[in-house]
Amino acid sequence: MDWWLLFEIGLAGIGSGGLYALTGLAFVMIYKATRVVNLAIGEMLMFSAYMLLAFTTGMGLPIWLAIPGALLVSAVFGMLVERTLIRPMLGESPISSFMVTVGLSSILVGLVELVWTADQQRLPEFLPTDAIRLGDAFISPKVFYGFWIAVLLIAAVLLLFRFWRGGVALRATASDQAAAYSMGINVPRVFSMAWMAAAVIAGVAGIVVGSIGGLSSVMGAFGLSVLVVVIFGGLDSVLGALVGGLIVGLVEALSGFYLGGEYKILATFSLLVLILMVRPYGLFGTHEIERL
Amino acid sequence: MTSVPVHPSPLLAVENLTLAFGGVKALNGVSFTVQPGSITSVIGPNGAGKTSVFNTISGFYKPATGRLVFEGQDIGQLPPPRRAALGLARSFQNIALFRGMTVLDNIKLGRHCHLKTGPLSALFYSPAARREEEELRREVEEKIIDFLEIDHIRKAPVASLSYGLQKRVELARALAMRPKLLLLDEPVAGMNREETEDMARFILEVRREWGVTVLMVEHDMGMVMDLSDHVVVLNFGQVIASGLPHEVQGNPEVVKAYLGAGDVSVLRERFQRVAQQARKAA
Repeated sequence: MDWWLLFEIGLAGIGSGGLYALTGLAFVMIYKATRVVNLAIGEMLMFSAYMLLAFTTGMGLPIWLAIPGALLVSAVFGMLVERTLIRPMLGESPISSFMVTVGLSSILVGLVELVWTADQQRLPEFLPTDAIRLGDAFISPKVFYGFWIAVLLIAAVLLLFRFWRGGVALRATASDQAAAYSMGINVPRVFSMAWMAAAVIAGVAGIVVGSIGGLSSVMGAFGLSVLVVVIFGGLDSVLGALVGGLIVGLVEALSGFYLGGEYKILATFSLLVLILMVRPYGLFGTHEIERL
Repeated sequence: MTSVPVHPSPLLAVENLTLAFGGVKALNGVSFTVQPGSITSVIGPNGAGKTSVFNTISGFYKPATGRLVFEGQDIGQLPPPRRAALGLARSFQNIALFRGMTVLDNIKLGRHCHLKTGPLSALFYSPAARREEEELRREVEEKIIDFLEIDHIRKAPVASLSYGLQKRVELARALAMRPKLLLLDEPVAGMNREETEDMARFILEVRREWGVTVLMVEHDMGMVMDLSDHVVVLNFGQVIASGLPHEVQGNPEVVKAYLGAGDVSVLRERFQRVAQQARKAA
């Protein structure tokens, strides 16, 4: 057995796991604040990547302007989705808002195919391209930098969760909406904020994913793995999203290499079934969550 | 009917409140006032509309008609957070603490509406944020925790506490909002005698030491009669009596609402005996 090879594959797995964790964090944020299972998270990620494409290749803006621009548009988009699609579903059964997000994901795929066709597109290169060596193991530079971007952003979000007023408001809202509302926390604004923040976080992931693997109208399938991550870790657990992200990334990389790419999904979903049999609420989930 | 001297400007005036869920009128022309510095109780049989009154005052329900005047300002259209900022705080019938957080975190959240730290300074923990945090800590720790005798559990997660202590933490959290009017929804429901007495003492001290006006819903008649300056009796969404505790107790309408019509002389006697004992104890 080639240990350096195993090490290399493990590193690649952790690299993509970081992006899963990041997107999982966006998913959990939405679920915690609004109790909506957002199946469109993968398509929201795709949306941001295409926005970056529009700003760079389309409008010719420099990358340092285009990235904040794409993220800003993503934030506004997240707010609009919450305001127009999610808030009217308040008080309806969880299945209804769940179905709304399924609809949203189809609409986004359709829009992307209308505007950019279903062909693969490439983002301009903006991450350093020198290969990175650790001993005898090579790491793709994009995966390497993407991972660190994910780590930094996750750290920032966790700090905000803990210390910022808005983060505290979000945790309080997640815990008891009525109590939070009566204590001066503006719950509707927390909803908006959670969707905006999640759209931006998913947007960062989308831009990195897009720059690693290119853009296409099926890149929302990334969201499928993220769904595995959050069910695995527990829908309402930030820690679960982070641990789940890394584990799913590793399992995908290892099974993809040793069994072949077509077994990647099979391996992760088998793992999911196993976990759900032992811990139906995920590794770190609260035991009261709604069953869908 | 009432012999409480009517203050020229009540702290809260509920005027002709009507609230309907579909065809069911939960509240039907409810009016009463809460005088500043008083302890006012709303009582009534189950389903009389007590909690509906509370939810309307704190802004969860929008009344069909009627006005809510708080310190001379019509607050009927304000969302709950604005009402909280004006000085309305409440506790809940079923404990509504933030589970998974400690007692101290829960209490601190009560001060949330008065904080101003932005996201960037929180991220980098600037001196301003630290100062604000420290000031907050001092105020919260020294006053409220001592006052409510929960010093020994401040670091404990709320889910691990007994029911009576959780209720007390809920009161602490409401106090941390520095309210002018404290709405207590069944503060001693499900408590044993000792816990009830503690809570009654705290409510009296809240009024005396903090100058907070209290409006409460409660089923424990002994406590209502002991503490209240003014009692409002609801039945089927309407005010059927209001006044001093002993006036309300003797009111035949009230006795009928609680015990049903018919030959109730025996039960009435019992009811009055309990009330007398309560008065004696006071």
